[in-house]
Amino acid sequence: MFAGLCSLPSLSRAQSQVSDPAIVAVTKGARLVRERVKLEMPVIAENGNAVPLKVSVTSPMSATDYVKAIHLVSDRNPVRNMASFNLGPYSGRAELSTRVRLAGSQNVTAIAEMSDGSFWMDRTHVQVTLSACLDES
Amino acid sequence: MSARIQLPAEARRGEIIEVRVLIQHPMETGYRFNDSGTPIPRNVIHTILCAYNGTEVLRAEISSGIAANPYLQFFMVAESSGELLLTWIDDEGVRGTERQSLIVRE
Repeated sequence: MFAGLCSLPSLSRAQSQVSDPAIVAVTKGARLVRERVKLEMPVIAENGNAVPLKVSVTSPMSATDYVKAIHLVSDRNPVRNMASFNLGPYSGRAELSTRVRLAGSQNVTAIAEMSDGSFWMDRTHVQVTLSACLDES
Repeated sequence: MSARIQLPAEARRGEIIEVRVLIQHPMETGYRFNDSGTPIPRNVIHTILCAYNGTEVLRAEISSGIAANPYLQFFMVAESSGELLLTWIDDEGVRGTERQSLIVRE
């Protein structure tokens, strides 16, 4: 009965995150909570070839409590693990910006890996008007 | 290939400064075809390293999911005057470097 309940797609978002192989590859199956991370991207991106992205994580960035890494995972790109950034106490502030490619409208997930081994995330949906072309010549 | 590093001209000791890095690179995904229909081989930067006075301040492992001419903006604590060394390596093994110095005042 419980197995049946758990397989209901509407039951919880957390369930679907954990079973996503690209995310499990980052978290190694650890608990992932949608908190402490803020992912800022445009709601509509005209050009999927360069979409601005900003991630900020709430952290004191002290010698004992800091963000170790920030990972970016795409839902629909052919290479789903877009990037991993290693930070440390020397960063001072857990925030970074870059520009990503998006092959179509999709969800983007930012995962923060803390020095204590915990994982936190945020996710946003981007509507892409012109996809980063796969067959552009 | 070239790159640009933007740092404030000077900083106070312990100040958190913004670092902006722009590398000229096509970040060829390997999914595109040329005019004769042959696939263009993948060639993306896979590693970007930033070291300040020999200490790593950012390491980025990136993929074709990062836009052409990768741009990165991040922060670091300015502890002493020195030089930021940016290194990047692509799939063809081509390695590029760029330097920028920073003056830290008391």
